Amino acid sequence: MTNMTNASVLSGLDPEIGSKLLSRRQAITRGATVSASVAAGLRIASVPIALAALSRDAFAQGIPAPVVEVLNFALTLEYLESEYYNIGVATVGLIPAGDRTIFETIQGHENAHVEFLETTLGDLAIDKPTFDFTAGNGSGTGPYADVFTNYETFKAVSQAFEDTGVRAFKGQAPALQPYDAFLTAALTIHSVEARHASEIRRLRGNFTDVEPFYQGWITGNQTDVPGAAATYAGEENTTHLGINVLSLTSFGVNSATEAFDEPLTKAQVLAIVDPFIV
Amino acid sequence: MEKHALPSLPSPVPNARSRRDFLRSAGLIGVTLVIPGALAACADGSGTDTLAPSYAKDVDNQSFGRPGTIVLNFKDDIGVLNYAYALEQLEAAFYLQVVATPYASISANELRVLTDLRDHEVIHRDFLKTALGNKRIPDVVPDFSSITFSSRDSVLSAARTFEDLGVGAYNGAAKYLVNTDYLVVAGKIVSVEARHAAAISDLIANRTRAFAPNAFDPAFDPKTVISAASAFITTKINVVNS
Repeated sequence: MTNMTNASVLSGLDPEIGSKLLSRRQAITRGATVSASVAAGLRIASVPIALAALSRDAFAQGIPAPVVEVLNFALTLEYLESEYYNIGVATVGLIPAGDRTIFETIQGHENAHVEFLETTLGDLAIDKPTFDFTAGNGSGTGPYADVFTNYETFKAVSQAFEDTGVRAFKGQAPALQPYDAFLTAALTIHSVEARHASEIRRLRGNFTDVEPFYQGWITGNQTDVPGAAATYAGEENTTHLGINVLSLTSFGVNSATEAFDEPLTKAQVLAIVDPFIV
Repeated sequence: MEKHALPSLPSPVPNARSRRDFLRSAGLIGVTLVIPGALAACADGSGTDTLAPSYAKDVDNQSFGRPGTIVLNFKDDIGVLNYAYALEQLEAAFYLQVVATPYASISANELRVLTDLRDHEVIHRDFLKTALGNKRIPDVVPDFSSITFSSRDSVLSAARTFEDLGVGAYNGAAKYLVNTDYLVVAGKIVSVEARHAAAISDLIANRTRAFAPNAFDPAFDPKTVISAASAFITTKINVVNS
């Protein structure tokens, strides 16, 4: 791993964000050969991991720089999510017994995503930043100060992370378009993040509420999560390929916006998660 | 250029536009660098027939199949979009029936979910129909005889099948798309299908791992998807060049 790689990942962004990430670098020993990585992927029956390792074999010159940039961006988000759920699931008294399976499932997935990205990137992987899940930039007293003591806050922040993750991966699809294996692998994560988002949204309505906030899909740019307006900005769009879908049916604007999720740029996503990164 | 087999990839292509330019200069594809809305402009058939004209010809003269057979030709984006259109037609028809004849004792939340899904899938269907215009395949005729619409279990099981199939179908088809605008739209739709899949799976098995059974969703081969979907479709569909 080099500073140049990190600089590339963070190019065009607020330099302060870059320094925050870089300040938390850790030494990681990666002695495994590519072949061992392939074997590791197959051993845990993870097709994407094996695929990624194979793709590394295919690219003799290393993973293309644009792919490295996207994957490290994704890794930043997956680090955020995995640590969040690792702490949440380990916090005694936070998650009611009946809901633990939901969060343990998501926790397992986010950790698998981290493993996949770390395995794929090898030495090029960025190190895990230090996070402040109160969104206090390290103060520990941000707007979500009770995130690990108040279950409602924990669920709300979970929803914001998942919905942001969906939009983040979606926004990177064009950058991966020339690289089929990476595009496909990213999409197989993207849709899982959407499943998580749907489940948490519905959990917040106890699976019975019929209000838009608590359906599995995003209505307009609406949210009841305080401070999460940027996560939903733009979701009210109803025009795709120049076609305004609102005019196609009589179902109304809510359904028209719900039927399509919207991408976010990397800069937009990093601005959203910036308060969570020390 | 063999695009799909990783080990034979040449030196990495720097970006999507370069790949498209390469394909165009090599004469491998038709005019695909359309501006957004160009497809819609042709929807009434009055526009210039610039988009993969050979595809429409293939459908018309049935060069790949017998009469009544729909051909999904993955050699260009029109074939891929028609693949999505076929699946959205199936989903829309299913939920229209579900909401028209809801199963007994359906809860308010379940009716809300299924009505939303009807709305979304009809919108997807009509969006793709409009986008494809006169390049669209004929209507897909569903066969839901294996589904008992008065049975909650039967309806939700079928719904899960359709949604999971849709997620895997979009995930697997994305790599065939050359036009970046189409890729973005596919991305906008697939995550909504995944949201549906999670909701339906949770209705079947609440608060279990069912909403997201794997850390990575599948990316299905088009032939696999059509083979699975054919159990619910009367129309014969052939997939070529995938």
